[in-house]
Amino acid sequence: MIALAAGLLGIFVVSRRMSLVADALSHVSLPGVSLALRFGFDPFFGALGVLIFAVLGIEGIQRRRPALRDTLVGVTFTAALAVGILIGTDEGLLESLFGSIEKMDRATALSAILGGLLILGLTAVNFQRFAKITFSSEIAASEGISVKRSNLLFLLLLALSVAIGLKTIGVLLMGALIILPAATARNLSRTLRSMTVVTLMVAAADVLLGFRVAEQFNLLPGPTVVVIGALIFLVSLLARPVEQHFHHAGH
Amino acid sequence: MADMNALLEVRNLSVRLNQADVIRDVSFSVEAGKTVAVIGPNGSGKTTLFRALLGILPYEGEIIWHRRARFGYVPQQLEFDRAFPLTVRELFLLKRPRAGFWLPSESVSALIQNALNHVGAEHLVNRRVGHLSGGELQRVLIATALFEKPDVLFFDEPTAGIDIGGEVTVYKLIEHLAEELKLTVFLISHDLAVVSRYVDQVLCINQRLLCSGAPEKVLTAEQLRALYGSEAAVYRHEHEEEEGRRGHHGQPL
Repeated sequence: MIALAAGLLGIFVVSRRMSLVADALSHVSLPGVSLALRFGFDPFFGALGVLIFAVLGIEGIQRRRPALRDTLVGVTFTAALAVGILIGTDEGLLESLFGSIEKMDRATALSAILGGLLILGLTAVNFQRFAKITFSSEIAASEGISVKRSNLLFLLLLALSVAIGLKTIGVLLMGALIILPAATARNLSRTLRSMTVVTLMVAAADVLLGFRVAEQFNLLPGPTVVVIGALIFLVSLLARPVEQHFHHAGH
Repeated sequence: MADMNALLEVRNLSVRLNQADVIRDVSFSVEAGKTVAVIGPNGSGKTTLFRALLGILPYEGEIIWHRRARFGYVPQQLEFDRAFPLTVRELFLLKRPRAGFWLPSESVSALIQNALNHVGAEHLVNRRVGHLSGGELQRVLIATALFEKPDVLFFDEPTAGIDIGGEVTVYKLIEHLAEELKLTVFLISHDLAVVSRYVDQVLCINQRLLCSGAPEKVLTAEQLRALYGSEAAVYRHEHEEEEGRRGHHGQPL
């Protein structure tokens, strides 16, 4: 469920060239996790709090100094990672970095699934709006779409998915789960609609296959899922030229 | 001054971008169903004026639409990620309600074909938007801008060179569509020959509004020299008979 939600968001992350932002968001959640561990509340809320703060920050920067985004995002977020490690306690932190899906209790699993559903639903409802803005925010705005509000919603959904990832495959790897399925699907699809369907299929395949392999060889599930996802992406790269060739022949 | 037929009234419009005035104290009104050209040198605020009228930019002053107007907008240079796998067909479908995007009906497909036919782009329907040439993209954008039956079409620098089947240029097409669909059209153009032929009203802008009115009144050598500086020679060369010496006043841009 989480993989599906992350994958669907990933379509726009990849198409808007925001891969770095997604990745950075997963780092920035760490100080939140550390604080939460120090003061004994649920790391999920610590991470979510810091993430929402970060998202509002990115929004502000983007509006005032669009050119600075990449640099600032990079700098702030590696710094956040360092701070998170410094103030953190090692055991809990490691768990957040790489996930602890095998230790997950019923309630956590349920809330992760609900969160995933929420993200999936909101992304589906806003799909056309997000796609229009990705194509041209200028034209979207002229049609009366509030670009600012949509972008904020998009970033908040991204933040929520990272926070949920914390409990499952770990924040460090959540970025991969967002980007890999969509990047793979883009290599294999000719239309936005087929890219969406393929993204969801790849996301499901990554996770199912990853867990199966992890179980078989007694590996950590989180990293295994990501490695499998990366391998599938590589295969899709090889498949791409074939597709384009076919495309030309069709003309 | 208040015009009973006015669709749009603009009063004392100013737009500031990065602490600099791009447009200052511009006022004009436009009647419904007219075709209006905005002319002026590069960097004079034409596109900014469009964006303010479309409600994309914050501004000072008043922009009053007397009727609820639906906008169609064809921007000048669209920058988008060419790897975004959106097809021409999907670009239309994005405008439909949700189910219509995922499972389009036969009738919508026919509407899309029809819209593309109008601009001579029916063969592009399954192409990726990112793979279109500049001219093809512009035709597709015109068709999508008109798809939801707007009342007002904004067109930033139509490429005069695009032939839409035979001799029909983009301007002929716009003229034809404006008549058929009773559109009010705003266009930004550098081609003054075209402006004088196809439009009802001209707005000359260089930060401030320098002139406004019917093309035969506004497009005089004197006005153009004030607007463009020495660039006005281009127009004179084509259309004015004599009007010898080139004006040295007016700021060259």
